[in-house]
Amino acid sequence: MLEVRQLSKAFSGLKAVDDASLDARAGEIVALIGPNGAGKTTLFAAIAGFHRPDAGVVRFDGVDITGQAPHRICAAGMVRTFQITQPFAKISVRDNIMVGAYARIADRTAAASRAEAIARRVGMGRQLDQRGADLTVAGRKRLELARALATGPRLLLLDEVMAGLNPTEITEIVDVIKAIRADGVTILLIEHVMQAVTSLADRVYVLNQGRVIAEGTPAAIAADPVVVEAYLGHGAAARLGGQHA
Amino acid sequence: MSRRGLVFVAGGLVLAILYPWLVRAAGAAGLPVAPNYLINVGMLVCFTAFIGQSWNISGGFAGQMSFGHVVFFGTGAYGMAILQVTYGWNPWLAWPVAAALGAGVGWLIGALAFRAGLKGSYFALITLAVAEVFRILANSVPFTRGGLGLLIKADPGMANLQFRDPIWVYYLALLLCVAGLLIAWRLTRTRFGARLVAIRENEDAARALGIDVYAEKVKVLALSGAMGAAGGAFYVQKYLYVDPWIAFGVDKSVEMLLVSMVGGAGTIVGPLIGAGALTAINEITRMLASVVPALKNVQPLSLIVYGAMLILIVARLPDGLASLFGRRRGEAGRA
Repeated sequence: MLEVRQLSKAFSGLKAVDDASLDARAGEIVALIGPNGAGKTTLFAAIAGFHRPDAGVVRFDGVDITGQAPHRICAAGMVRTFQITQPFAKISVRDNIMVGAYARIADRTAAASRAEAIARRVGMGRQLDQRGADLTVAGRKRLELARALATGPRLLLLDEVMAGLNPTEITEIVDVIKAIRADGVTILLIEHVMQAVTSLADRVYVLNQGRVIAEGTPAAIAADPVVVEAYLGHGAAARLGGQHA
Repeated sequence: MSRRGLVFVAGGLVLAILYPWLVRAAGAAGLPVAPNYLINVGMLVCFTAFIGQSWNISGGFAGQMSFGHVVFFGTGAYGMAILQVTYGWNPWLAWPVAAALGAGVGWLIGALAFRAGLKGSYFALITLAVAEVFRILANSVPFTRGGLGLLIKADPGMANLQFRDPIWVYYLALLLCVAGLLIAWRLTRTRFGARLVAIRENEDAARALGIDVYAEKVKVLALSGAMGAAGGAFYVQKYLYVDPWIAFGVDKSVEMLLVSMVGGAGTIVGPLIGAGALTAINEITRMLASVVPALKNVQPLSLIVYGAMLILIVARLPDGLASLFGRRRGEAGRA
């Protein structure tokens, strides 16, 4: 469904993403992990049309969408959320989600009922009339998810929707994401919360200093010495291995 | 809309329609103020509300604040005057064409400024500069007759859109005002309006959610431009004269922005409330200045009061006077 090939993006000489390739197949949940500053969000932004890549190709359903405007990519069925939540502060949760629903629905009443259905689905049914600005961190994360979902995507790019949530809230949102996948939406997510990655992802890509350094199932990734070193520093894998022995 | 809201709107409309007859009746009954003066004030409120609404559509709803909105007003004013004076058009025909010219100017400014990615204060300054360029051009090119201005021949009659009785001018302004309110009301109930508010609140999020931000912003500036130009055309037809300062003076830009901000930017009724407040201040200070000798040299007094009012509003009531009418109604007014 999504193919990223040899994508690179530099900011004034600094290579944020360096020759990265990844795939997401229809119906999968794919996680993108990596230390802070690894280039995950930049890669997301380049896939979703917010940055024009310096090199490389992004294909969605076999169609080259590299460097297209975000609204075109959204219309094609791919939508992203933001790590730093971007609620429409002065309007209600309902109106926030309706903006997403309007991507495919022109009629106001239909958009409103879709927004309400989506809100219930992500557990915001009681907050419909609250203003975007008055939401808690957990509420804002849910709103990001709800708005994106309302655009009717086939591929959802979730950028750290669990950061800053407590364990109960994480469990809830993990269930929501599972339900979304069950409805046939493919999901690519950036996540630091490993508990969530392990329970959700079919496959994991690890990004470090802009490069994809490993790919595999969550279990395989956790045992990969290259990955351990990327997170904990040079030689860490050997030291950990030594302790276990 | 709630039933109470409907009653409120219907009552207001009936009152606005009856207003000239009420003041004439009051005049006949011995009111010390000339009825025609009061009708004229009512006309000014409606007209100011309409050009304020023009600003509000793009500046309040879509958040694209302009400091040079007079460029649309002046385009409409000159369009209306030139089509009649130079080309001998009938004003009824010239009016929509003048509005279309305003839409064209709005589209052009939007296409250039938004293509270049100008936002916030950069956009505001560019619009200010464009309005000044138009003023200087109007002062120097032959077809506007420069600083002499254009004089439309007075020939009252329905066919010429000129009226001896101020009641008809009042009704025309009322029609504009109601049209402006309807456009703003539509924005709160349509996809286009929701997208404008999304753009105002957060442009990146709007883009991610499938909104073609550039296209929507150009569209709203064209709509706003058409309204501003329709207002300018009305103004010319009322006073039958236009010169570069009347058409493109920066004070009119300030007025358009001010009535919207004071009343409540991004609300339906904000510009109307703001226009009422500002026109009242205008008239009261003028009366005071003519009555109190100490104030005679403080001219124009209204500007001092405007300034103080703006400071108060920004500091204490950032959502404008409209927000005083109860939080619930204020929020319903917001898109």
